[in-house]
Amino acid sequence: MNTDIIPFIRKESLHILRDKRTLLIVLLQPAVMLLLFGFAISTEVNDVRVAAVAPHRTAGVTEAVNRVAHNPNFTFYGYIQQNEIDDVLRRGDVTAVVVFADDYDRAVMQAAQGYAVNPPIQIVVDASNTNIAGTASVYLQNILLGTASAQSLFETRLLYNPQMKSAYNFVPGIMGVIFMLVCAMMTSVSIVREKEVGTMEVLLVSPVRPTKIILAKMIPYFVISCVTLAIILLISRFVLDIPMSGGIGGIVFVSLIYLALALALGLLISTFARTQIAAWMVSAVVMLMPMIMLSGMLFPIENLPLVLQPLTCAVPARWYISAMRKMMIEGLPVGAAMTELAVLCFMLLAVLGFALKKFNDKLE
Amino acid sequence: MKETAISIRELTKRFGDFTAVDRISFDVYKGEIFGFLGANGAGKTTAMRMLCGLSFPTSGSGTVAGFDVMREGEMIKRHIGYMSQRFSLYDDLTVMENIRLFAGIYNLTPYRTRRRAVELLSRLNFLGERHTLVGALPLGWKQKLAFSIATLHSPEIVFLDEPTGGVDPITRRQFWELIYEEANRGTTVFVTTHYMDEAEYCARVSIMVDGEVRALDTPAALKRQFATDSMDGVFRTIARGAKRAE
Repeated sequence: MNTDIIPFIRKESLHILRDKRTLLIVLLQPAVMLLLFGFAISTEVNDVRVAAVAPHRTAGVTEAVNRVAHNPNFTFYGYIQQNEIDDVLRRGDVTAVVVFADDYDRAVMQAAQGYAVNPPIQIVVDASNTNIAGTASVYLQNILLGTASAQSLFETRLLYNPQMKSAYNFVPGIMGVIFMLVCAMMTSVSIVREKEVGTMEVLLVSPVRPTKIILAKMIPYFVISCVTLAIILLISRFVLDIPMSGGIGGIVFVSLIYLALALALGLLISTFARTQIAAWMVSAVVMLMPMIMLSGMLFPIENLPLVLQPLTCAVPARWYISAMRKMMIEGLPVGAAMTELAVLCFMLLAVLGFALKKFNDKLE
Repeated sequence: MKETAISIRELTKRFGDFTAVDRISFDVYKGEIFGFLGANGAGKTTAMRMLCGLSFPTSGSGTVAGFDVMREGEMIKRHIGYMSQRFSLYDDLTVMENIRLFAGIYNLTPYRTRRRAVELLSRLNFLGERHTLVGALPLGWKQKLAFSIATLHSPEIVFLDEPTGGVDPITRRQFWELIYEEANRGTTVFVTTHYMDEAEYCARVSIMVDGEVRALDTPAALKRQFATDSMDGVFRTIARGAKRAE
């Protein structure tokens, strides 16, 4: 019983290479997603247009307005009248209006001397986009505060992602999703396709061990995923400028464990699904949705309702994404992600064992 | 005494309370074309899976190609060929790539692979098509090719599960010529079919109803026994008593 696995691997590779469209999608998708999330879908606030209302354009007011106008995140729209505020906001000409009090200069001076004063500045923000409204108003306050008081009481320092680039945060999330998609979905669909077309029967009547058939299916997808991993890491390092100072070895190692886990999940799905469509649906809907919602990719796990929080522990991507955040963004060595690594290893063994058992049972 | 290729006694397969195959016994001789008929749900497929070493019999005994069906399923797999009712080659591989895959599965040496490939392709007049994708071939060609590949490793017995489904009469006729050639070379052919005219081509025919073999003889003897002039009549008389719904 020593049938070589090579003819099978060659066959699977041919299947993949012949299906050029799918191959192209699999290889291009990570790059496209990374660049989209990195640049297009940004939660940063840029190019916010601001108008000012000032009854007296005193030196203090001009200085404050200049600060706003020179800030790269804001564009100064111009001075307007009090009764125009509603109009410009409604028309969408500006996102925020800064209203200076009549006695702005005096109030600022009194405040600096420690007297209690009425707030000399009002900020009116269009809150139809809450995200922009929140960020812009806080940012405006900080800029204006610098002019109003000589010294701020707080000094905030942003670690790990000093420029607050949102791309950083998305990269581990995208990795978690893409590998699951490529490995789990493609393996399960490819195994189920053979069941559906009838070729699996012929393979099972042959003297080849079922485990070998399955292994041969996984190897080419594993190779493709490794190429994908390389593409993602290269884009992260050289296009998105993520430092990854914790060491590339640990990142690759944890990723490989995660890839293997995704392949095992694909095998498990294939033992349940009878048709390609079913395999696709299970991978896409049943797995992908909880993964996006519960992995911490989009929504921080701490913000989820308490009932859902324990559920996230069962989502493999949660552990992988958390490990990748530590290693890629915080720049920690692999030792800091030991819990995540242990959980992933445990999941891998459990899923693989269960899937192989199910697969062998199904043969009878 | 003729040599047997398949010899089974009281072979039974139960799934829980359901007895899919109920104590079937028969012999198939070497080089014989044996027709295995039965309505849908009669237990044909289950019986065939047991003979191919795919499914483990609940009870009974028997040998296929000289190996014990209860203990030596893996050995049986190496000495038989199999072609299923559904198409069993890969559409996105070329003719030659399919041949090489199955040659690899059965551990043929590269030299033997090449020799067998040329042999079977020239027999089918396919040499010019060896780099064509199988998906681009007409169905009849595919099935002839699938049959040839099922006999690539020169198995002692070849199992054909409704091999001519959906093919036109001329191609079916050509397909049966291939089967005859293979049988003349000494290969035992075990074939299931729904076409009663094909049953006439078989040396002997067995008919399964409700998990049991109800009749087994040459087509001529069966027609005499049931006093009808076609296998169709024989089949309908026997299958009329079937209790299992389709």
